[in-house]
Amino acid sequence: MSDWIIKFENLGKSYRVQHNLEGQRYVTLRDAIANRFKRLFRTTDTASPRSENFWALRDVSFEIQQGEVVGIIGRNGAGKSTLLKVLSRITEPTTGRIRLKGRVASLLEVGTGFHQELTGRENIYLNGIILGMKKKEIDRKFDAIVDFSGVEKFVDTPVKRFSSGMQVRLAFAVAAHLEPEILVIDEVLAVGDAAFQKKCLGKMQEVAAEGRTVLFVSHDLSAVEKLCPRSILMEAGHCEQDGPTSKTIARYQETVVQTAVADLSSRTDRKGAGFVRFTRIQTLDQHGNERAVFFSGKPLRVRLHYRASAADALVNSRISLTFNGWGKTYFLASTELHSDQPLTLAPEGFVDCVVEELPLSLGTYYLGPFIEVNGIVQDWLDAAVTLQVEDGNFYGTGKDYPLGWDGKTVLVKHRWEALNEVLSSRR
Amino acid sequence: MEELIIEHGRIEKQYWGDLWNYRELFYFLSWRDILVRYKQTVIGVAWALIRPVLSMLVFTVVFGKIAKLPTEGSAPYAILVFAAMLPWQFISSSLSEASNSLILNPGLISKIYFPRLIVPAGSVITSFIDFLISFAILGAMMSWYRFWPDWRVLTLPLFMVLAFAAAMGPGLWLCALSVEYRDFRYIVPFIVQFGIYVSPVGFSSTVVPAKWRLLYSLNPAVGVIDGFRWALLRGPIPLYWPGMLASIASTCALCLTGIWYFRRMERTFADVI
Repeated sequence: MSDWIIKFENLGKSYRVQHNLEGQRYVTLRDAIANRFKRLFRTTDTASPRSENFWALRDVSFEIQQGEVVGIIGRNGAGKSTLLKVLSRITEPTTGRIRLKGRVASLLEVGTGFHQELTGRENIYLNGIILGMKKKEIDRKFDAIVDFSGVEKFVDTPVKRFSSGMQVRLAFAVAAHLEPEILVIDEVLAVGDAAFQKKCLGKMQEVAAEGRTVLFVSHDLSAVEKLCPRSILMEAGHCEQDGPTSKTIARYQETVVQTAVADLSSRTDRKGAGFVRFTRIQTLDQHGNERAVFFSGKPLRVRLHYRASAADALVNSRISLTFNGWGKTYFLASTELHSDQPLTLAPEGFVDCVVEELPLSLGTYYLGPFIEVNGIVQDWLDAAVTLQVEDGNFYGTGKDYPLGWDGKTVLVKHRWEALNEVLSSRR
Repeated sequence: MEELIIEHGRIEKQYWGDLWNYRELFYFLSWRDILVRYKQTVIGVAWALIRPVLSMLVFTVVFGKIAKLPTEGSAPYAILVFAAMLPWQFISSSLSEASNSLILNPGLISKIYFPRLIVPAGSVITSFIDFLISFAILGAMMSWYRFWPDWRVLTLPLFMVLAFAAAMGPGLWLCALSVEYRDFRYIVPFIVQFGIYVSPVGFSSTVVPAKWRLLYSLNPAVGVIDGFRWALLRGPIPLYWPGMLASIASTCALCLTGIWYFRRMERTFADVI
């Protein structure tokens, strides 16, 4: 297709890394002079500082079409931020080029250039100009910006008296009223309260619906999954995978091996009394091998390791496991549903939850374990481990969901009757 | 839609055009700095007036009364000092503000593209506003002493341009060096402090021995100050042309190399800041 709006052509960016300056953020004049003197008095070649080129980006090539919303994911240091920096012209590429057909506005961080001493009104103008708006444009949109931010009453108050939440809202409001052809967003959704995040997501979708192009860089896989039909996985400076978000996320999770085993000892987002804690969660296939990716319709074994702080047996226990997605639970497995006998557990060990045929469609899910002893909740986590599910021929028809359906869902064996031509289910 | 290409060396080619395209940003950043400056200081505008007046008093007493150095023509010593204090204050505050300007705005530098030249230039503008305010004091002093300038005051704008260049050139050097070497900014106050004694602020440059005068004029501030005094103080003392030309030459050299060095380092600012 020729309707591209951004075209990356063999883009590369290298930095010079000096090893003798490792661990030191800034060069000081003192060191520079000292090094020069050292070199003067040394005769061998080894005196020159050992430096080498580090390629933060290498041969990155892809196209983005007009109106696409594309997610960019990857580990820290994979080159995502460098890519955005080059795109927003903060730093120049070393090789290759980017061709753009439109104005780029980057929200690398909302509130850039906010000044604490200035009033909300003054900051709206300043920030708007910094983000690339014209003064007339801001005059025109001023009321809408103030309205969106919800800080009408404080527009003429210095920003230093704003709560941090209000500042973020104001900053995002300015950014949301940019009208660029290409909007670049980096992790802005990490800030603000839930209601405001929702507003922001709505605004992003609105922007996308207007046919503008959005590049969304985030660590929040579920947000990427929700917003972006297409995603690009960056790995060690190059484009590792480019395609439908679900596939890219699956690829990402394959590369991040540690999702197969979750060490829970450092987690603090727990509920419960805490005499018994989950220590580790493993996701295993039918052969007992640890895996991060599973297939619809195939067996899944979730091994929940736990430890109690006392040596007594855990009488009258209940353990359950929820399979969650973006803000909702798809299904729940619980020991009391499996057997009505009271459960007594050793003070330390593991229990396995076995799902013979995984009834989930393509997507990323989160497992939430729960343990209760004698009527007291001991430990409860929302998302202890991620579970990546790939298409696995659940119905035996080669299809796990109808053509055009691309969302997460629970798969249930079923059949249709009273049709002229009765569809035959597998069972 | 016009197509934009980002590649190595491209920014170089469109730099001066971009400087024009980003003029609104330039205007607003200067506006911000001025606004903040006068909001933060409790005494506000008075601050721009108090500093030069106090220095002027000290210099008049030390050089005029204690050291009994000669004035130029019939000008009261206080006016002789203040005519120099005006441009000096402008140059010195430009230097300190410009050298810090990029370090104090790391968010801007590392997140948004624009010609970086805007930032130090903006701080020079901010100092220029102070400079204009201080002119009110000169006016007040002149009416107190009933000492009025003649037609030569009309040439003052030319010397203001020279002052601007003399502030900008070294300012760009200091600014780029401060980003590059983090300990450089500790040197800047020293340079500024040192400068007031090697520039003819407290005394007339006629007291400098004739054989050293040309060499002395290589200091850009000397040309600016001599020019200001010539324009503001009527009297028999002619402008020392060789010195003035030497100052203009060194100012131009500093300005051009300043822009060159700044432009060279600018590409890496976002990476090191």
